[in-house]
Amino acid sequence: MVYFDHNATTSIHPEVLDSMMPFLASQQGNPSSSHSFGKYVLTAIEEAREKVASSVNAHPSQVIFTSSGTESNNTIINGIAGSYPESHFAFSSIEHPCISEPIKSINAMGFENTLIPVDSKGLLNLSAISKHKQKKITFLSVMMANNETGVIQDMPSIVKWAKEQNIKIHTDAVQALGKIDIDFEALDVDAMTISSHKIYGPQGAAALILNKKIDLKPHMMGGGQEKGLRSGTENIAAIVGFGKACERVQKNIVIINSEIKKYRFLLEKELKKLGAVIFANEVERLGNTTFFAFNNIDGSTLLTALDRKGYAIASGSACSSNSGEPSHVLLAMGVNQELAQGALRVSLGINTKENEVKEFLQSLKIEVNRLKQLTAMAA
Amino acid sequence: MKIETEAMPIYMDYSATTPVDPRVAEKMIPFITESYGNPASRSHPYGWTAEKAVEEARKEVAKLVNADPREIIWTSGATESNNLAIKGASNFYSSKGKHIISLATEHKAVIDAVREMERLGYETTLLEPEPDGLIDIKKFKDAIRPDTVLASIMMVNNEIGVIQDITALGNICREEKVIFHVDAAQATGKVEIDLSKLPVDLMSFSAHKTYGPKGVGALYVRRKPRIRIEAQMHGGGHERGMRSGTLATHQIVGMGEAFRIAGEEMEMENARIKKLQARLLSGLTEIDETYVNGDLVKRVPHNLNISFNYVEGESLIMAIKGIAVSSGSACTSASLEPSYVLRALGRSDELAHSSIRFSIGRFTKESDIEYTIKLLKEKIGKLRDLSPLWEMFQDGVDLEKVEWAEH
Repeated sequence: MVYFDHNATTSIHPEVLDSMMPFLASQQGNPSSSHSFGKYVLTAIEEAREKVASSVNAHPSQVIFTSSGTESNNTIINGIAGSYPESHFAFSSIEHPCISEPIKSINAMGFENTLIPVDSKGLLNLSAISKHKQKKITFLSVMMANNETGVIQDMPSIVKWAKEQNIKIHTDAVQALGKIDIDFEALDVDAMTISSHKIYGPQGAAALILNKKIDLKPHMMGGGQEKGLRSGTENIAAIVGFGKACERVQKNIVIINSEIKKYRFLLEKELKKLGAVIFANEVERLGNTTFFAFNNIDGSTLLTALDRKGYAIASGSACSSNSGEPSHVLLAMGVNQELAQGALRVSLGINTKENEVKEFLQSLKIEVNRLKQLTAMAA
Repeated sequence: MKIETEAMPIYMDYSATTPVDPRVAEKMIPFITESYGNPASRSHPYGWTAEKAVEEARKEVAKLVNADPREIIWTSGATESNNLAIKGASNFYSSKGKHIISLATEHKAVIDAVREMERLGYETTLLEPEPDGLIDIKKFKDAIRPDTVLASIMMVNNEIGVIQDITALGNICREEKVIFHVDAAQATGKVEIDLSKLPVDLMSFSAHKTYGPKGVGALYVRRKPRIRIEAQMHGGGHERGMRSGTLATHQIVGMGEAFRIAGEEMEMENARIKKLQARLLSGLTEIDETYVNGDLVKRVPHNLNISFNYVEGESLIMAIKGIAVSSGSACTSASLEPSYVLRALGRSDELAHSSIRFSIGRFTKESDIEYTIKLLKEKIGKLRDLSPLWEMFQDGVDLEKVEWAEH
């Protein structure tokens, strides 16, 4: 089986696993305990915090460990709502549900929101917001790079726009980390979400990076860990693994933007020859992501056929893959329902080999031609 | 980086966290190295394998507490489970009323979640336990009001190990139509839990107190009669919409295996640990002026909490560095405040300060117990030799009546 679904989750890098093993196999000690077991694991967590901070040029004190990207995103939304009762939330129409759902859920409590559209290329369309709405917005959340299309937003302009209106800004950088350079300080956002299991670290660890200009009411209460912002005994092994994975981020960025991008280019060239539509083709995208569809070919049939040939790819994001709904990202870009329904995502990883892509293309050609014939016969 | 076990003290702090059982670690590893799929990926075998493992683990967790696997929701730990249960159920059923009952000796995660509800306009009653740490059932019943929506009581206390009468409390809640949440983080693998019989609506579990990994827990949400909760984390709609977020497969697998082992070995293990506890108790109570905190009968065998009078708590902790123990709960031991749990039992500041929690478990050996007894006898003897209070006590001075000169 060849794994082409790295935007869903990645395998753990062997070095990351090695760093975790002592804490998995003989883990003892609660970081809050004052004896030497406790101090030992506390040190490990602080070292991991430094590594995570350094991978995005943030200060270690700005890193709050959580259990997942979803938790980080819920923490920022609910935390802002709790600290700033007059908040008005804006988010783009292509955000992950773990941003849009918490924002919608607090609507019942009186928090209004504004949905910001994207253009047909998948880029945020700030000019579509009326002056009236603009004045009301106090908080904006924008995904740095989209999980389905891979589209990279023009963050500097968006941040500049937000700052001019005095709007607090958060970016979900879960898919961006390890694929493009991220500089938290230079970016000048107020908060940012990153996650371990998308960068060859373990599942179960993530972070919310927070500058100190905003107050956040904690989402989970209890023992007061993470400076009171996130209670609960720390997931030490996963946090240590996350730290180690962050050390490798720079290397991964180089690989993704050299070899892997080359393989993607090859892949897309062939896809186009076969008549595929490649979404957001004309704008800057993550080097590993291709989101495509064929007119006249049923996506799920093609997915199953490729699965039988030994290729693990995805139809949209993992989180919504059992809903059967077409991708909300594509619909937001104005792609028609039928084409969106059949969309497939290939997300390559740092260990993807050229021959894997070439062999995949051969299988793809055979299957696409077979399915085209079937469709033609049926018509 | 390598753990230098040689330099490490003997671990007697199993209530803070337990080591991962090697069998658990072994079961987890393949889900890190090979079967690393996202359980939510429905389009390929990586996802299916992970999902299957998650469901197997769910069965194991359900089996230990005799519940239906569909009643188990994965979380990141007991803190999240407690927050989800208390906030989620109180909010969902707020039309019934806005009064919550809990206990002064609950874990901080419960107390702080309850306090948070106060800020949202709920009224709360924090019951004081009896001096033995147990709840007076009548007082509990009297605290219930027509607008009481939820009661949250822990099964086993983390500091003093006492076991509350969950059946009696739950029956009252049923009669009064109050949602009953139980924090069982310290109970799994130590006491039998049968949710087919227990009148409990919501129950919190943690893996890392039962030889599983940190960073994973679960919440039991009863199906019959069906209990509803408002989600606290929104997103991909995982866990039937009650708790979004990518499931950490290896951690969940670890929790399943840890709970499977607990179910199989609990009976034998508890018998062995009970003997160790009895030996520790008889050895330590040979020391004069020692007070056991919490009831000794309705108590898990894994815990002994003892106050050593006329010894200053911090110096005692410093003196017994050969063993890793807690004074007060680990989550609050960084502060010098005396344990709020012991204070709630009516212990004086002095006795609360000089308390030590010994918590033992699967890998505690008889020789560890003997070493501990010897160490405590020796160090307490030395500390008391230096203590003027001890000297006065020996001379028969009633310290309660001494009028201290002002500085």
